[in-house]
Amino acid sequence: MSGTESGSGGLMSEAQRTPLYAAHKRLGARMMPFAGFHMPVQYSSIREEHQAVRERAGLFDVSHMGQIYFSGPGVNEAVESLVTCEIDSLRVDRARYGLMLNDNAGCVDDVMVTREADDALFFCVNASNIEKDFTWIQDHVGPDVTVENRSAETALLALQGPASATILGKLASAGAKLPKRFRVARLSLAGVDVLVSASGYTGAAGYELYLPGTHAEMLFDRLLDIGQEDGILPAGLGARDTLRLEAALSLYGHELDDTTSPFEAGLDRFVKSLETGFIGAEALAKRPRDAESPQLIGFEMTGRGIARADYEIVHEGQTVGRVTSGAPSPTFGKSIGLGYVPKRLSEVGQALSVRIRKKDVDAQVVGLPFLR
Amino acid sequence: MADNETPEELRYTAEDEWIRSEGEEVVIGISHFAQDQLGDIVFVELPEVGATTEAGTPFGTIESVKAVSDLFAPLTGEVLGINELLEDQPELVNESCYGEGWLIRLRPTNPDELPGLLDAAGYIKTIAERESD
Repeated sequence: MSGTESGSGGLMSEAQRTPLYAAHKRLGARMMPFAGFHMPVQYSSIREEHQAVRERAGLFDVSHMGQIYFSGPGVNEAVESLVTCEIDSLRVDRARYGLMLNDNAGCVDDVMVTREADDALFFCVNASNIEKDFTWIQDHVGPDVTVENRSAETALLALQGPASATILGKLASAGAKLPKRFRVARLSLAGVDVLVSASGYTGAAGYELYLPGTHAEMLFDRLLDIGQEDGILPAGLGARDTLRLEAALSLYGHELDDTTSPFEAGLDRFVKSLETGFIGAEALAKRPRDAESPQLIGFEMTGRGIARADYEIVHEGQTVGRVTSGAPSPTFGKSIGLGYVPKRLSEVGQALSVRIRKKDVDAQVVGLPFLR
Repeated sequence: MADNETPEELRYTAEDEWIRSEGEEVVIGISHFAQDQLGDIVFVELPEVGATTEAGTPFGTIESVKAVSDLFAPLTGEVLGINELLEDQPELVNESCYGEGWLIRLRPTNPDELPGLLDAAGYIKTIAERESD
């Protein structure tokens, strides 16, 4: 056999290690290079790990992701201009999803913005974009803003699934309150100062835990240990991908890139008024939005086959678009996917085909997210 | 590696197929090592009965949750049968790769190819070499 796995990032030997590398090896994870890091794809089985997150809890190492910090008197104005989401109304200890656009309204990156103080914010960015984002940001903020890339020293764990609050509660000090959805709190967990963000990338309830890399392995092990009775499993990037696909959460490099606009990607609700004049707003206003404009759709395979990224989407024998992500959905027991087609073919119920190894296999547009 | 993961009585290829001789015919599947590397198998595409295979070229496709892989024919021949159970139960390849998870039955047409197959020890060596890369 000769396989091709989705996800890329150069030769394994050149890849960086997260602070949890030793823990992954110890747990018998299958490792692969992803965005320049040695990352675990799976520990037991993608399906088992996926199911653990949907029904109980899964723990992910996502320390490859980047953290870029902003401070100084000019922070609010500068960041308001950098992202599509509103910064003015983002209160302390809250997090919000947004996009950084380029001058053509393509996506530089999609980011989670967290406000830690009136004059201090940080972005959590995609691993593959850390350098690009940092350069872009430095080129677009004034001298009254200090920008720091703290990606290397920051570890990020994602505890996801319905049992997450129970598990985290057992490690928090007595009386500590876990944050509500899209809020953050600084808590002491197993004696370590952790920024707990009630957010994630799985479509499940859960938390993302930012902490110094030096304490990451200890906390990772404690969570797995204390969550054992709740059915927690360590989960890899394989399950993370099928989970985020069911929740129709965009993955940079698949649904989003330097040329796609947030409107094409169906992310309108994360874009503030174009009159606020953020970077890319003018170009976004000018982008055509007509029947032929690309539109992200969700689809399910009604014929036998699995759609994969970069397969062609076909309508009446003509190639009309391409698949950006696709996989067999463990929750629904069928093959689902995301892709771009002209807007005129994007209505729910529209019949399409996906070209799988030269054969056109039936598919149908369905509403997003798949998981409700 | 335990013996039952690479049975002595089978022949193998460096592309992770196993071959069992049954008289004039052979049965072909993928090895324990291969199914373990692939993870949860969710789709198997096999040729039609009566199709011909050519040694070293793809005769089908096997998909796990994350990856699509070609299946390479170990031998040139004619396809006499395919494992139809795999259409609805591709997980049989994970559960029983040397038994119920077999792939195709073939009548080899080039006897010169048979000595080129690996024995269990030879196959284990190719795995070890790959793992150390």
